[in-house]
Amino acid sequence: MSATTTEVTPGTGRGAASAQKMKRERPKDSAMHEKPSIVSSGILILGAIYCLFPVLWVIMASTKDGSELFSTLTLAPSTHLWSNIVELTQYRDGLFWRWMLNTALYAGVGAIVSTWVSALSGYVLAKFDFPGKGTVFKILLMGVLVPGVILAIPQYFLFAQVGLTNTYWSVLLPQIISPYGIYLARIYAAAAVPNDVIEAARTEGAREMYIFNRIAMPMMAPGLVTIFLFQFVAVWNNFMLPYIMLGNDHLFPITVGLNGLLNQGASAPAMYTLVITGALLSIIPLVILFLVLQRYWRVDLAAGAVKA
Amino acid sequence: MIETQGAGMRRRVSFRTRVLTPYAMLAPGIVLFVAFMAAPIVYTVILSLQKRTVTGLGLGANSHKTVFAGFSNYVASFTDPELLGSVLRVLLYGVILIPTMLGLALLFALLLDSRRTRAGGFSRTAIFLPYAVPAVISSLLWGFLYLPDVSPFYDLADALGINAPELLSPSLVTFAIANIALWGGVGFNMIVMYTSLKAVPSEIYEAAKLDGCSEVQIAWRIKIPIIAPALVMTALFSMIATLQVFAEPTTLRPLSNSLSTSWSPLMLVYRDAFTRNDIYSAAATSVVIALGTFIISFLFLRVVQKRAFGQED
Repeated sequence: MSATTTEVTPGTGRGAASAQKMKRERPKDSAMHEKPSIVSSGILILGAIYCLFPVLWVIMASTKDGSELFSTLTLAPSTHLWSNIVELTQYRDGLFWRWMLNTALYAGVGAIVSTWVSALSGYVLAKFDFPGKGTVFKILLMGVLVPGVILAIPQYFLFAQVGLTNTYWSVLLPQIISPYGIYLARIYAAAAVPNDVIEAARTEGAREMYIFNRIAMPMMAPGLVTIFLFQFVAVWNNFMLPYIMLGNDHLFPITVGLNGLLNQGASAPAMYTLVITGALLSIIPLVILFLVLQRYWRVDLAAGAVKA
Repeated sequence: MIETQGAGMRRRVSFRTRVLTPYAMLAPGIVLFVAFMAAPIVYTVILSLQKRTVTGLGLGANSHKTVFAGFSNYVASFTDPELLGSVLRVLLYGVILIPTMLGLALLFALLLDSRRTRAGGFSRTAIFLPYAVPAVISSLLWGFLYLPDVSPFYDLADALGINAPELLSPSLVTFAIANIALWGGVGFNMIVMYTSLKAVPSEIYEAAKLDGCSEVQIAWRIKIPIIAPALVMTALFSMIATLQVFAEPTTLRPLSNSLSTSWSPLMLVYRDAFTRNDIYSAAATSVVIALGTFIISFLFLRVVQKRAFGQED
């Protein structure tokens, strides 16, 4: 186990550190202009088509009513998109929109709290010297290799012991701890927060938590966006935990809700239209959010520590 | 006089700073780690060593007792043909998925990094986009694309007069699931590799170019070795994810008869724990899966460490 962790550390550490240098070392437009290659551009565009195709299909399919879905050429659009949305909205008094809000709550609030906890832990592990520090870090690192999905079932039984299953807490709380987030935060804190700044603030009598919240956190901000994104996607993607924890469908995130609708569709194919429309509506906010955040993602992984 | 006082105060403050403050600040992380990672692991191990016995006729409140079972649950897990079957299925799935996904991700990353590529920004965004789609939704989309009644692929095959194979049939369903995971994962891995490619100073490439290296030679001899650590990390995370596959087959089940409730190891654990109410076997199987994951990760890192990292040291 210890051999494993020591291997993980230098690899990513070096990657992150050199990523930070990139902006300085690689001029954006080199003097060398080479002729475009049709083959390499073509391969990339084929990859892009493969990735966009299911999205295109779901847009087309959600414009059809139940019978058209099975009878017409699936890539030809029809005119029933609005009535499908209305039907989905009416399904059990707007349950679908409740699932969307739940998802935003789990992923949004969960990722914000998780990022704060990771930042605080990573900052302490990077900037303080205290007995037991190495041990604490090693134990946390082992957590990186523990698949969260395997924890879901024992977490269920532990929550059942305290009567917290089938609540918002049962999905929110287990996903706040992120060993990988702490690991990243430690790298960012080490690179982005100068010791002199902390010392200067201490000399002026600032409390430690004030230094962290008001001085260190803003310096780590670009890196924290990455941690937030990782955790947001992880929570959004986590199907097994809410699937196990929740019985009341008013608490479902969108993934568990749509999975349930699809199960009903197996016996009533009319449900398929609802599932397809639901799938489209649920990825629209995701895709918008993603396109906005992608810029941060890139700037961040590459330029995160240019400041440091 | 003043100086001594200052020094004394400083020592007191530094004692608090050295021991109490860091632990107080680490408390949220440590408490959450213990409650939601360490405790469930310990609890699983305890459960895995127990079993429920029935006394008398099995009626009444006290007729069921939980007793220490030793390793009998583990023996049962190891000799369970269903677990073996699910592990073999998932290994096949991993053998199909991981090389394809990482190979394509590397190819795309190298092409994006090449100065001769156009439309890079559009392609990068499009290929990364599926990462934002949760596995349940992507399984749903692909699930419909696999259904002969609604899929345009089958329309196309009909038009061309080809008799298209049933993608959700028992022989092809593993490929069908691997394709879903490929769709969702290739972009993320591409971005990780691309980021580490961009971190390499371009002077290295220019020097190689002056020496007469072609783009392909530069990619093979310089770029790929330099980003080896990123490749190792993506491979490791992909393997861990592969062993845990759950959402994709669970979502596809209503659309296909080829997927049993024990298709993947975690589906088997879920079924044992919640359908059969046998949490003790489920706990033992979870421990086996977790240990298997550790052993595979560890062996993998040992092997690549000699190849990839050994040269640099």
